[in-house]
Amino acid sequence: MTMFLSNLISGLSLGSVYAIIALGYTMVYGIAKMLNFAHGDIIMVGAYICFTCLYSLGLPPAAGILASVVVCTLLGILIERLAYKPLRQATSLAVLITAIGVSYFLQNLAQMIWGANPKSFQTVIPAGNLSLLGGELKISYVSMVTIAASVVVMVALSLFVGRTKMGRAMRCVSEDKGAAQLMGVNVNLTISVTFAIGSALAAIAGVLMCSAYPTLKPTTGAMPGIKAFTAAVFGGIGSIPGAMLGGILLGVIEILGRAYVSTELGDAFVFAVLILVLLIKPTGLLGKKIHEKV
Amino acid sequence: MKKVFALVMALVMVLGMFAGCSAKDAATATEAPNAAAPAGAIKVGAIGPLTGDYAIYGSAVANGIQIAIDEINAKGGLQFELLSEDDQGDPTMAVNAYNVEMEKGVQVLLGTTTSGACAAVAAEANKERVFLLTPSASNPVVNEGKDNVYQVCFTDPNQGASSAQTIKSLGLGTKIAVIWNNAQDYSSSIYQSFMAKAKEIGLEVVSDTTFSDDGNADFSAQLLDASEAGADLVFLPIYYTPVVAIMQQSDAAGYGFKFFGVDGMDGLLAVEGFNTALAEGSYMLTPFDANKSDDLTSGFVSTYEAKYGVTPNQFAADAYDAMYIFYAACQDLGFTSETSPQDICEAMIPWMQSYTYTGLTGEGMVWTADGCVSKIATAYVIKDGAYASVG
Repeated sequence: MTMFLSNLISGLSLGSVYAIIALGYTMVYGIAKMLNFAHGDIIMVGAYICFTCLYSLGLPPAAGILASVVVCTLLGILIERLAYKPLRQATSLAVLITAIGVSYFLQNLAQMIWGANPKSFQTVIPAGNLSLLGGELKISYVSMVTIAASVVVMVALSLFVGRTKMGRAMRCVSEDKGAAQLMGVNVNLTISVTFAIGSALAAIAGVLMCSAYPTLKPTTGAMPGIKAFTAAVFGGIGSIPGAMLGGILLGVIEILGRAYVSTELGDAFVFAVLILVLLIKPTGLLGKKIHEKV
Repeated sequence: MKKVFALVMALVMVLGMFAGCSAKDAATATEAPNAAAPAGAIKVGAIGPLTGDYAIYGSAVANGIQIAIDEINAKGGLQFELLSEDDQGDPTMAVNAYNVEMEKGVQVLLGTTTSGACAAVAAEANKERVFLLTPSASNPVVNEGKDNVYQVCFTDPNQGASSAQTIKSLGLGTKIAVIWNNAQDYSSSIYQSFMAKAKEIGLEVVSDTTFSDDGNADFSAQLLDASEAGADLVFLPIYYTPVVAIMQQSDAAGYGFKFFGVDGMDGLLAVEGFNTALAEGSYMLTPFDANKSDDLTSGFVSTYEAKYGVTPNQFAADAYDAMYIFYAACQDLGFTSETSPQDICEAMIPWMQSYTYTGLTGEGMVWTADGCVSKIATAYVIKDGAYASVG
């Protein structure tokens, strides 16, 4: 029983990381209607910035987190301006391929700057664990902080999109870009803000992910990025609570699958879920079916 | 106009930030090695992952060869030039890289770096009679049935069996857990030979779990399985990148395992930011110890650190040895930049079997007709953040 609980908590912790990444995917998809495959690599950049601040510059963890959020936000806006904005009228396939290109560009840039040698990320959260049930069940602080952070981020994001003026503009752009522009919504600004928020989330995800799983190298963001994309589709892409739910379920499925079925198939479970969802409920768990009006 | 200005400013600031961060680490990137090749140089080819997940290994090999070539060229006499191609550790890309190098006139191959890619290139090199001396591809499939493929590193089965033997004879553990990478030839073949030997000598393996990539994996399920099975020692026949994650996660969960690694674990202590206290008391087999104080090792390590900004791992050391072995062959057999790859190949095969080499990664190394090297895998224990001899 305690073994199951331990695995469940590991799953929740991993799932929370997926959830924060998936929130970034889903925001950008929901509003700009594009799959930003470079999202995973922005996570990696965020983690490297934080690593550099902590390890090479000796700054306190809070400064490291802040620096990585600021840099990733700027990077997100910059990428959107240079790579995606010129393609606003192009086919979605062109944008998709550009996103993959940006992903490889970031990976190779990181390798140029920081080298191919993996770094061991120093956790920004105190190491150690909380013992429960007389030492039978141990929950590490990292897991607790990760789970809490993802909940806070999701609530904050929901409030922002639901309650603020910029949030309303985002929902308008999401529904109909052309009509929103006619009604006086600044579409370009709205999309830039979306990228900025998505990238800031990526920075937080990077720091949390590398605190829990400390190896940092230029390809660090690639696999979690793809899994988080799966999570976003699983929960219903475009939906904020959906991304959260999808991420957490996916983390739990991955860990429980590995623990009770086969360690070899951990990743296979994740992608099997994607295929099943696409077959059974293509809009995802919380996705809405949109009827095109003719 | 204002927008353009803002954009340019943003760009400059971001670049400035990167530049500021990178001052120390920029030197670790692999440099284009063939900037100033001397005329009439013998062309040596290296193929390995210079980008992607395994970039660290391919870069180490290319750097190790380059340092040996720099030293040899500085002596005067025979001159060498390194042509290095990227294969990202992928067999298809490796064969393409091989074709590119042969067209550029490469006379001998020192590499490829990884086993899977090397097996693919070895098949081509065997057909076209090009001599291949791999510094680091340790899987037996690399040279099986190929008379012109030789290894500098020791073979995987050899390491798996020695590991089991060492654990048993030093009494390091009674209940063993194994975590291995089932997507990798290297890890799988060490694992298989370890399991066979463990059975033979009565070493109890209580937990056997795998993972399938070198990435940022979550090992909580594997570690929990080992803990529930009551393991006291975890055998890790894997590269050091996942070892970092395993040690950190095991420590966070408070398991207190003893770890035993193989030569792929070499490099662990040099990982930037790694808390070496986590590796304290871990054992490993490796042919190369960067802290050894003999002239050869300390000279190589200090040159490498000065040039590339990191401590060399055993891949770099094996590559350095490979280049010196080929250098000795060139001297003995009178190769020049005009000798064809085929002539080099036919002359090298008998020569390798009669040659004895002492270098960074072993003393009195000799080769069998299969192309396998015999050298001793030494067990080390990590003590005060450095390798110490066992016992």
